Amino acid sequence: MRVVVDLETCQDHGQCVFAAPEVFHLDENGKLGYVPEPDESLRDAVEEAADVCPLQAIRVED
Amino acid sequence: MPARIVVVGASLGGLRAAEQLRAAGWTAEIVVVGAEPHMPYNRPPLSKEVLAGTALAGSVMLRQRPSVADAVWLLGSPASTVDLDARAVTLADGTTLDFDGLVVATGLRPRRLTDDGHVLRTLDDAIRLHTALTARPGTRLVVVGAGFVGCEVAATARRLGADVAVVDPLPLPMVGPLGEQLAAALLTRHEERGARFHLGRTVTRFERHQVVLDDGTVLPADVVVEAVGSRPNTEWLNGNGLDLSDGVLCDEHLRVEGLPFAVAVGDVARFPNARYDSTPRRVEHWSIPGDTAKHAARTLVASLTGAAVDQPAFAPLPTFWSDQYGQRLQAIGAPQLGTDDIRILEGDLHGDVIVGYHRDSRLVGVVGLGRARATAATARYRMVLSETGKRIATDAGSRLGHHTRLGQ
Ligand SMILES: Cc1cc2nc3c(=O)[nH]c(=O)nc-3n(C[C@H](O)[C@H](O)[C@H](O)COP(=O)(O)OP(=O)(O)OC[C@H]3O[C@@H](n4cnc5c(N)ncnc54)[C@H](O)[C@@H]3O)c2cc1C
Ligand code: SF4
Repeated sequence: MRVVVDLETCQDHGQCVFAAPEVFHLDENGKLGYVPEPDESLRDAVEEAADVCPLQAIRVED
Repeated sequence: MPARIVVVGASLGGLRAAEQLRAAGWTAEIVVVGAEPHMPYNRPPLSKEVLAGTALAGSVMLRQRPSVADAVWLLGSPASTVDLDARAVTLADGTTLDFDGLVVATGLRPRRLTDDGHVLRTLDDAIRLHTALTARPGTRLVVVGAGFVGCEVAATARRLGADVAVVDPLPLPMVGPLGEQLAAALLTRHEERGARFHLGRTVTRFERHQVVLDDGTVLPADVVVEAVGSRPNTEWLNGNGLDLSDGVLCDEHLRVEGLPFAVAVGDVARFPNARYDSTPRRVEHWSIPGDTAKHAARTLVASLTGAAVDQPAFAPLPTFWSDQYGQRLQAIGAPQLGTDDIRILEGDLHGDVIVGYHRDSRLVGVVGLGRARATAATARYRMVLSETGKRIATDAGSRLGHHTRLGQ
């Protein structure tokens, strides 16, 4: 599974961080970082993260 | 008749409900009925990027999971009545749909003071208001209502160069959810950027190109925006003996008054949050349609397929944000339940600040105001807030270390 975040669109809401903390995190300055190829076992959490992003910045590619 | 679930309301709540019905194992028909002609779109950008003109209307359309590609969308004609005994809903265009299960997702509409003032709820409203505000430079805007929508419209209109006056009978903007200290800090940020506030004042008359207040003040107005709260869209449910006094009353599994075949989601649903207490409340936050849809879909699919509802009572952790002048207000939990005991957790009210709201000395909500760092710092309280709530056993104040008491 590949995760792509459109960082132009992302406004660092951090909602994704709570849905899938193994994949997304905010650094000290509030900027988003993420794991681009997370383990398949995290699919549900990643899809949830894509749902809760208010900017729809997260895409899950197979 | 093959099995069918009808979802009434085709916005965030309706879409998420359809997706979650599939995720909960519903493979039969799903029909989504929507009053607006548009496929589901995202409302938060309407008062921000769409009103500012920096986002195209197309960019706000909500993405859909592939699992709902076979859902049937009936758009442009609202449901006008429903018969819950017969399980049939009738649309304004005369179409009647039988159903096995029903999802109520009809949201809210703005309360109105006049017939011709602007309101902001739909994409069409946002485009119309953007056009009015940019028709000529220095447009004079009067915003009636200093709640969340009024404040965002004021902020965006200042960015567009409009001359902005805001009127509200309350003493501070957004004071209900934020409490006095943070509301005062928000007011300062607006005033520093040139918005003028007439607080503790009501409008007595709307006249041509002006608005008259109860103290005699006359505000010139090329454009008037009414941002005075909303009304739940529940008229179509009349005649079924339901309590529709403030949205649709739900039980702890989002069933409409305990009915096994009907659930409600999103802004229209009035539900108890087991995290806090047993009082049913409506919650107008973007996070709630997604949370309610997930729980309600499981409830409905279980009961339609004869399975037991085996999930704990609904207990979401609400989150809310607002963007004003490039600063973010980020709320987690239920600050409005803790406005009697407000403490600054980090920072100070003139800069980036994080404020804690307590009920019976327990932290029930946190709000951050400021730049991205403040949002990130606010997010760190999420763990604490998700532990408090139901298991309100630890003193949040001492767990969080230092805090300053305000308002002595
Ligand atoms: C301008 C604006 C800005 C916002 N910004 C934020 C923000 O920054 N942060 C945040 O947390 N929240 C924000 N919100 C709140 C958030 O958008 C709502 O909580 C969310 O849209 C609720 O979704 P919903 O699907 O429950 O209701 P709605 O989005 O109101 O959808 C209900 C749908 O049902 C349709 N409908 C009504 N009656 C019928 C009928 N009889 N038959 C068929 N269809 C019907 C309506 O036309 C509508 O399309 C904002 C809201 C607005 C209006
Ligand atoms: S939720 Fe969306 S906007 Fe927020 S940090 Fe994650 S990707 Fe960015």
